[in-house]
Amino acid sequence: MKTHDVIILGAGPAGLSAAAELKRLGVSDVVIIDRETTGGGIPRHCGHTGYGLLQFGRLMTGPDFAKRLVDRVSDLDLRLGHTALKLEPNGRLQISGRHGPETLQAQKVLLAMGARETPRSARLISGTRPWGVMTTGTLQQYAYLHGKAPFQRPLIIGSELVAFSALLTLGHVGLKAVAMIEERPRITAARPGDWVARIGFGVPVLTGCSDLHILGQDRVEGLSFQRRGVTRTLECDGIIFTGQFRPETALLTQSHLELDPGTHGPVIDQLYRCTDASYFAGGNLLRGIETAGQCYREGKSAAHAIHAALSDKLAPPTSPIRIEAAGALSYVYPQRLTGRGPYDPLLFKARASVATTGRLRVLADGREIWSRPINVLPERRIAWRVPAVDLTGVHHLTVDLQPRK
Amino acid sequence: MTETNHTQVVIIGGGVVGCAIFRRLAMAGLKPVLLEAGRDILSGASKANSALLHTGFDAPHGSLELACMQQGYREYLGIREKLNLPLVKSGAVVVAWNEEELAKLDGILAKAHDNNVTDTARVDRDALRRLEPLLSPKALGAVHVPGEHIIDPWSAPLAYVHQGIAHGGIVLRDCKVESGRFDGIWHLHTAQGVVTADLVINAAGNQGDIIEAINRPAPFKITPRKGQFVVFDKSAARLLKAIILPVPTERTKGIVICRTAFGNVLVGPTAEDQEDRIHAEVEQAALRNLVARGAEMLPGLAGIDVTAIYAGLRPATQFKDYQVTAQPDRRWITVAGIRSTGLTGALGIAQHVAGLYATSFGKLTEAEPIWTPMPNLCEENARPYQGPLPTEIVCHCELVTRAEIEDALGGILPAGDVGGLKRRTRAMMGRCQGFYCSAQVMAIAGDTITP
Repeated sequence: MKTHDVIILGAGPAGLSAAAELKRLGVSDVVIIDRETTGGGIPRHCGHTGYGLLQFGRLMTGPDFAKRLVDRVSDLDLRLGHTALKLEPNGRLQISGRHGPETLQAQKVLLAMGARETPRSARLISGTRPWGVMTTGTLQQYAYLHGKAPFQRPLIIGSELVAFSALLTLGHVGLKAVAMIEERPRITAARPGDWVARIGFGVPVLTGCSDLHILGQDRVEGLSFQRRGVTRTLECDGIIFTGQFRPETALLTQSHLELDPGTHGPVIDQLYRCTDASYFAGGNLLRGIETAGQCYREGKSAAHAIHAALSDKLAPPTSPIRIEAAGALSYVYPQRLTGRGPYDPLLFKARASVATTGRLRVLADGREIWSRPINVLPERRIAWRVPAVDLTGVHHLTVDLQPRK
Repeated sequence: MTETNHTQVVIIGGGVVGCAIFRRLAMAGLKPVLLEAGRDILSGASKANSALLHTGFDAPHGSLELACMQQGYREYLGIREKLNLPLVKSGAVVVAWNEEELAKLDGILAKAHDNNVTDTARVDRDALRRLEPLLSPKALGAVHVPGEHIIDPWSAPLAYVHQGIAHGGIVLRDCKVESGRFDGIWHLHTAQGVVTADLVINAAGNQGDIIEAINRPAPFKITPRKGQFVVFDKSAARLLKAIILPVPTERTKGIVICRTAFGNVLVGPTAEDQEDRIHAEVEQAALRNLVARGAEMLPGLAGIDVTAIYAGLRPATQFKDYQVTAQPDRRWITVAGIRSTGLTGALGIAQHVAGLYATSFGKLTEAEPIWTPMPNLCEENARPYQGPLPTEIVCHCELVTRAEIEDALGGILPAGDVGGLKRRTRAMMGRCQGFYCSAQVMAIAGDTITP
């Protein structure tokens, strides 16, 4: 069996930017695998603009961005309509696709399978289970890939950035949402998102809602909920659950790779390397959602690490130091530091579970080595670099966010 | 349909029980007509159950329920390979979580032996740990029932219907029975016109007493008992082998944890009586409680994602036992009050009904069976995506191919609605619940089904 230099699982922004970067670095034996029949990942079905400014110097739509990413690697081996069934140790993969089942082997594998929204079921939402309840991703596929509107008067649940994508998508098929419903006391996306929804789209934004209850037998007929102590019912024929993205880790949960219960993604080190050194991971698989631009950058960084690994320039993943999130942080990654150091400036990314004004600190075995004051909202990325430090003899790093007293 | 459509026997209700009776009578040379109110069969009580094949170890001794379950169990094992129906030989443990429950285990064992489930045995705490090492250490002991198994709750009744159709039976869906009149034969007014029949079999599940009232003042009242379930991600399946049963109370068998034939883990049901016979709502508080109870009993479940939630209605009556009787003068057979054991009991109930028919209405013949094997959806056996042929996987979570979806939209009894397509293929039933594939699946379905 042939051993490829690199196999990339997932032809979205992270996977495709890694592929292009590997090509630029002179690695040509790269196989990219995606289960969809067109490449590009999630931007494929985000038909509105908002992509490409930093990567390609102009504002473009999701599908144009996706196509640009695919076109740049047209001379690489892009295998669409192929599904990875199993990740085995040391870069061996079981694949199913147009040639039937096959086994592939690579020196290094980049996992870039992305993320998806949390459906109604996993949110344990009350009520009946009629047709017409879906996620933004599904709505986008109806609207942009199939040119259809699955309903006429839907409600939007959630107010992350993607909820605004849902508004735009509805507009594309000539529809307007009945309302945007948020359980938190304020919208999750940056202000003035609520003004944009209200004034730009004419859609009321209702924050502080609870006890959501879906109504309808065969089709959705409405949603009832509590707000300011009053039960309200809004009639609608569809409900779009937006956001709460989760890494698409079906393959990983059945594999030998370690997962982080905080990010729900794979445990990686500072070089995007998983707990089996032949596997690397990047993009939204690491933690749920960031912008396509972030994923693009991570793919590029991971490509550099893979390139170094292929030429044996990467320190072996010995004596890992665990990195743990504490206080108001729901996660931090990378989850471990490997090699002996000294380390380059370390890039940490984290999220807080609640709005917090306080101090973010990095502790080495309990001793503070870095800190800064911070004011964060939930579901917003926190990223920072810690300058190179000597961590000889250290076992644990703790990243802690405590509110100011 | 017009008044000229006359048939020997009409079965009202396309749930698992109606499907099994349909199969039995078709194979016995009658040309039964199955009337289903929903857009597809299995859209009432039978769409939501715990998918277990029971031995009857804890059923009331001497009851019709026990007899039908044990007959049904034997027949399922006898025909399942020819119909390509799965069997996950999991066994079950009835687990005691406190001293009071522990004291009841010997009684459960004695009842199992009385019911002729002779391989049932007591296991102490250590033996239980060897059987199920990841179960909470709070478990004090158990009764082990090796013969309890896990099956596919939808492929089985679909196979029964397919076989019945192959033997000359007819299925009419979207065909609610509104009223009826008896003048020596039955004239049933349905959503599709009048159907006349020499004999009517009421297998209407949650509508059982309403349909019965067409014939006589119903001697029973159906109070649907709602059961809510939580289905966990497939990564949970490695946590257990056996079906984890609680020590039952008077009212319910209690909360079960088990794998499914499709490789998930199921926790449920709750038991709540309600008047509404159609709507089965899930409730966040109850679902959260199921998640918490599941993790209490099987700590590894904590943190594993929920894939699906559902609620079903079990057609409970004021009586404990099945309500199965023939009224020869009225040319009517009642099959009602089939609660949670219907999936196991169905084939046995069908045999019992065939017996009632032969006694009161006429001789039955026995044709050489025509076997109609089902596509396999069970994780333990090979699925099309694993086969040697090139495939296009459409549903990535459940690994459903385009060919499987297209087959379910055609064939002997094409899917009647989205739910029917899901039950036949598992498409859109996985962890993403259609995020990736539902738009494509609906595009493949085109006009053949409406949401």
